[in-house]
Amino acid sequence: MLRRFLDSDFAYAFRRSPVAVISTLVVVVVVLAALLAPYLAPHNPFDLASLDLMDSLKPPVFSADGDSAFPLGTDDQGRDVLSTIMYGTRISLEVAVLAIGFSLVVGISIGLLAGYAGGAVDAVLMRIVDVQLTFPAILIALLVDGVVRALLPREMQEALEIDVIVFAIGISRWPQFARTVRGSTLIERGRDYVMAARVIGISSARIMISHILPNVLGPVLVIATLNLGLAILDEATLSFLGVGLPPTEPSLGTLIRIGNNFLFSGEWWITIFPGLTLAAMVLSINLLGDWLRDALNPRLR
Amino acid sequence: MALLDVIDLVVEFPTRRGTLRALDGISFSIEPGEILGVVGESGAGKSLTGSAIIGLLEPPGRVASGQIQFEGSRIDRLSPAQMRPIRGRQIGAIFQDPLTTLDPLMSVGRQLVETMQTHLKLSDRDARARAVQWLEEVGIPAAAERVEAYPHQFSGGMRQRVVIALALCAEPKLVIADEPTTALDVSIQSQIISLLKRLTESHGTSVMLVTHDMGVIAETCDRVAVMYAGRIAEIGPVADVVRTPSHPYTEGLMGSIPSLEARVERLRQIDGAMPRLGAIPQGCAFNPRCGRTIARCFTHRPDLMPAGATQAACWLVGGGAA
Repeated sequence: MLRRFLDSDFAYAFRRSPVAVISTLVVVVVVLAALLAPYLAPHNPFDLASLDLMDSLKPPVFSADGDSAFPLGTDDQGRDVLSTIMYGTRISLEVAVLAIGFSLVVGISIGLLAGYAGGAVDAVLMRIVDVQLTFPAILIALLVDGVVRALLPREMQEALEIDVIVFAIGISRWPQFARTVRGSTLIERGRDYVMAARVIGISSARIMISHILPNVLGPVLVIATLNLGLAILDEATLSFLGVGLPPTEPSLGTLIRIGNNFLFSGEWWITIFPGLTLAAMVLSINLLGDWLRDALNPRLR
Repeated sequence: MALLDVIDLVVEFPTRRGTLRALDGISFSIEPGEILGVVGESGAGKSLTGSAIIGLLEPPGRVASGQIQFEGSRIDRLSPAQMRPIRGRQIGAIFQDPLTTLDPLMSVGRQLVETMQTHLKLSDRDARARAVQWLEEVGIPAAAERVEAYPHQFSGGMRQRVVIALALCAEPKLVIADEPTTALDVSIQSQIISLLKRLTESHGTSVMLVTHDMGVIAETCDRVAVMYAGRIAEIGPVADVVRTPSHPYTEGLMGSIPSLEARVERLRQIDGAMPRLGAIPQGCAFNPRCGRTIARCFTHRPDLMPAGATQAACWLVGGGAA
């Protein structure tokens, strides 16, 4: 299985593309660092007992009065910046992956339904998509985030913090998936094998799920990859604006926002390092998505 | 009782410029175990007849009048939910292009299993065993290993064998084979046809075989219906239609087939082309191309009339000249 994969055209194209290889490396390093943060991080930034205000605002280790215990310096509370980045990336990734997953489920279901059913169902669903696509995704996310927060009772807000933002970002991104899936479904629906399945007497639901879905998944996964990068940015934007995750559970966006306050007093590392991490991660994911799109497009081979 | 009775079937396509009659009063029947060939030029309505029977006319096409009876009960007015148990289980279908009739992302075994489990109560294990049996039966070598293979790993002829297995595996009583060999290599065509004939014979399945190929009809079918411009021009036992055609159109078709015995310099052809649906002439639809017209051919449209062992829609045989 593995050997066959390594032998495929896809793997060959991958090895030949420095951009793809480097992006993958960056993504793998960042994801591993994030997932293994509890084991790898030098400090636990959420363990309040371990924080010492004496350690606050230490510069990175390579500057004159750096401390080797804090490779990228510390923030105003004495938290190790490297550790907060690792934990923050973890939260950013979690939110983005869940949000895109949610988006995928909604978008694919609606796209399949619209494309397969056609007619009025298609028209109504696609007009909803059109309307939503006229607004920038981040605006929708802001709106949904605000409305859901206002509707939630106060005591539940803290517990559902992450769910709310996942929902907000997920809702803002499904139309693209729906539109792509609908387009591919329209093409697949006209193919003979779908006709053959109908002739055999297989139900519509089953045709959609077991025959059409696997055949339309390719392009959707490429878009999902590209959207993953954007979702990370959405979350960072929301958190930067202060409507995302609170400083007790800081994502990369929250870290950048907090660090921003110190930028002009000279403590640049508190915001620059999370910013660089975010940029590197999103750039890599997008480059990878772009490459994937080209690699899977037979016309560009 | 006939297995399938098509009675005065009319299929229409409403368009902006009026309604087009694609099938105009088609009547025929298929007996259990019988193979009925359907021939005719492109656009004569052969495939459409098949789609109408199986209830898959593409909108806006619709059955405007007439009946389709399967084992004595009407199937042309059934809802999709009522039609589903009939498709595949009672009436199977084989399409023209085996390259596109199989789901490219599903192994052929799973496609067989899915089909059988849709209609027959079979456990996963039994269905799998049957899938292998079916692949063996349609002549796929090493069926037990190839059951896991995907369509792209088969050649065109092999894929059409798989498609035949798919059409037959739920043991339908009637199979509609719509030009099953057109997309295949000539050398494979006869293999596939004889496979189809052998399998349907051994399972007692009736077949409606749609094709352009008179040779295939002559070898395979019991009876043949010749279609022209949405109507049946002639229908009857294959030997009679081929040897002593009654309709000038059938005659023309036969004249266009090369023969090993009779050496002729040039094959005859029928001049002109079939009229478009919107521009079918008054009287007999074949009159612009017919060499033996009489006055009545231009004014009255002939229905099927007995002509020896066959029936033909032509005034020359029905005593119209009198």
